[in-house]
Amino acid sequence: MSGDWITFDLGRLVDSFWSTTLDGLTLGAIYALVALGYTLVYGVLNLINFAHSEVFIAGAFAVVFVLSGLGFGPSAPHMSLGLLILDIALAMIAAMLVSAGTALVVERVAYKPLRDKGAPRLAFLISAIGMSFVIQYLFFVWRGPSAEPNRTMYRPKPIFDVFGVIINSQQLTIIIAAVVMMVCVDQLVRRTKLGRGIRAVAQDPDTATLMGVNKERIIMATFMIGGALAGAAAVFYVMRVPAGVFYMGGFILGIKAFAAAVLGGIGNIRGALLGGLLIGLIGNYGATVLGDSQWTDVVIFVVLVVVLMVRPNGILGSNLGKVRA
Amino acid sequence: MSNHSPLGSVGATQTAIGEELADVTKKHKRTAALRQWWNDRSRLQQWLMLLVVVALAYLLPVINPPLITTEPANDFAISCFNMALYALVALGLNVVVGQAGLLDLGYIGFFAVGAYVAALWTSSDSTFVHIPYLATLPLAMIVTVVFGIALGLPTLRLRGDYLAIVTLGFGEIIRLLATIIPGLKGNTGFQNLGRPPGTNADGEALFTASNGLPWYWLVVTIIIIVAVLLGNLERSRVGRAWIAIREDEDAAEIMGVPTFNFKLAAFGTGAAIGGLAGALMGGQVGFVNNQKFDVPTSILFLAAVVLGGRGNKVGVILGGAIVAYIPLRFTELAAYKYLIFGIVLVLLMIFRPQGLFPAKAHLLTYGSRIRRWVKKEQAPAQPEGGPPPGSAPPAPGGSTAQSTRRARKET
Repeated sequence: MSGDWITFDLGRLVDSFWSTTLDGLTLGAIYALVALGYTLVYGVLNLINFAHSEVFIAGAFAVVFVLSGLGFGPSAPHMSLGLLILDIALAMIAAMLVSAGTALVVERVAYKPLRDKGAPRLAFLISAIGMSFVIQYLFFVWRGPSAEPNRTMYRPKPIFDVFGVIINSQQLTIIIAAVVMMVCVDQLVRRTKLGRGIRAVAQDPDTATLMGVNKERIIMATFMIGGALAGAAAVFYVMRVPAGVFYMGGFILGIKAFAAAVLGGIGNIRGALLGGLLIGLIGNYGATVLGDSQWTDVVIFVVLVVVLMVRPNGILGSNLGKVRA
Repeated sequence: MSNHSPLGSVGATQTAIGEELADVTKKHKRTAALRQWWNDRSRLQQWLMLLVVVALAYLLPVINPPLITTEPANDFAISCFNMALYALVALGLNVVVGQAGLLDLGYIGFFAVGAYVAALWTSSDSTFVHIPYLATLPLAMIVTVVFGIALGLPTLRLRGDYLAIVTLGFGEIIRLLATIIPGLKGNTGFQNLGRPPGTNADGEALFTASNGLPWYWLVVTIIIIVAVLLGNLERSRVGRAWIAIREDEDAAEIMGVPTFNFKLAAFGTGAAIGGLAGALMGGQVGFVNNQKFDVPTSILFLAAVVLGGRGNKVGVILGGAIVAYIPLRFTELAAYKYLIFGIVLVLLMIFRPQGLFPAKAHLLTYGSRIRRWVKKEQAPAQPEGGPPPGSAPPAPGGSTAQSTRRARKET
């Protein structure tokens, strides 16, 4: 038994603190977008959507297919900025549609029939796990065990250089776009009529129904919003982790995104953002300090369990229903 | 059971409802009739029939029934061993999921710990102290209980759904640690694990990787022991507490059940059985590396419990055997086994959430004796209008033991 498999080297983190932080925030932004899907569904139904990771990976597959169709390959293409943005927007729309559609199928197949029967909570969890398994292995049967070939959209270029800290275009795109989307969702839930419906159902489904809210429609809409966000996350995911599009990819990311949702306070939209960024940072710091990226998940889960022991409802820990307009 | 009234001059809707009810009752009646028949047999008859079933189970690989056999694709004795192993795993997971109602998605972690215990203490690749293989079985159980408690202590206070995700993370972490920690040899793994002693007539070792028969008999024997012990546990205070927690944790807590302790007990018991199964798997295959302990297998274990019928020991044993058997028998389906069992999970939850062999809630402590006594008391009491005072049908759950005591005093 050699003792050098685990090293605790803070110096390594100090050396690369800013690049580790920025990369952590980039990953965290992606986790946060996926975490929103868990949080929204949990807020409305009080149930974990275990199949949300597969909703996400379906979007990632859609991105890869659309990009392949548009002629993107392993190396960055030469094209004008306008055309590039158009292509990426196209991929994103496709991914959002596919993910939202998958989420809807999950809702109709794994949740609706059980809701109609008033099944116990455990039954919902098991049927969602089953659904997640089904989608995962449909991709396995269809695309095989290996990852899809890389699709590079553009080569990250350094943009800012603040006191020697280099921020590249990819990190900037992902962080800004993700935060903008999250603000949009936050406002959607706080200010629009649909958002009011979502909050009403989250607070009390029966009373909401009596007040004229169509509960079924709200639930479907919630699943689809969560799915669309996961689809958007999938585009960034393909940018940041190009070799991660395979049948298990959703599971690997989903488990972190779920940890993010729980850490921030599940059912809390701002909590999902906070949790996502924190999980991204913690994972990256942990991997750097311990010297192996395989430690990421271990560190994340240890931190999650420790936080939950102190704050069993997560850091921000309120629920969707309590959001005020 | 709802006793539907005879349908006379009632409206069409009511007739429909009545028919539906009748249909439901009919369905229930079939299983209920079987159960009734079984309960009506005398103790001796029950034991004799069980003896026949057990003997058939032991002889299954020897008989090698033509249509059922997994040959030529898979050696039937080894297939039987795998089925028994899954049955044992399902029996253990059933304590956690079926009895206490805690969703554990990382059960494979305990299985892995058990396998690694067997590997570390018996493999020729390990630099650890070597002990006889059979001694690793209790050792694996002890180590996994420690892991189970270490996982349970911080997480069992959490909400039920959080537990699912934390256990899922635990399963992943165990696999990752097996990869990262060099002492656990990652993908290279451990070869030449120890095996139980014993030679056959021509002096060759009895327990080998290619000879599934003794392994199968060993596991079946262990299953019987474990099932009997679990049955006793089920009928004890512990089992009643588990059921109370499963049905309504808050209510159980209010009624004075220390839920956390009993959840921990369920977790530990389940973990021990998982570890035992892992050690057995390691011994039979003779090789342990980090490739076999992935989360999909963990979900497969869950599918076995759900398919068999959560909370029903016999059911989950059959469920485990079915989940292992289908990919071995229909090898063309083996590649799709995860897909198939995923679909099975969804369909079961929609159409038959109680599983193929549903558990029946009935009196646990001295159950059969009470049932018989109630029947005897009620039969002559009926014409006088109800049972005599003091012989009200015993309430289920906690008060059962007391009613029995009272009943004994009166007779």
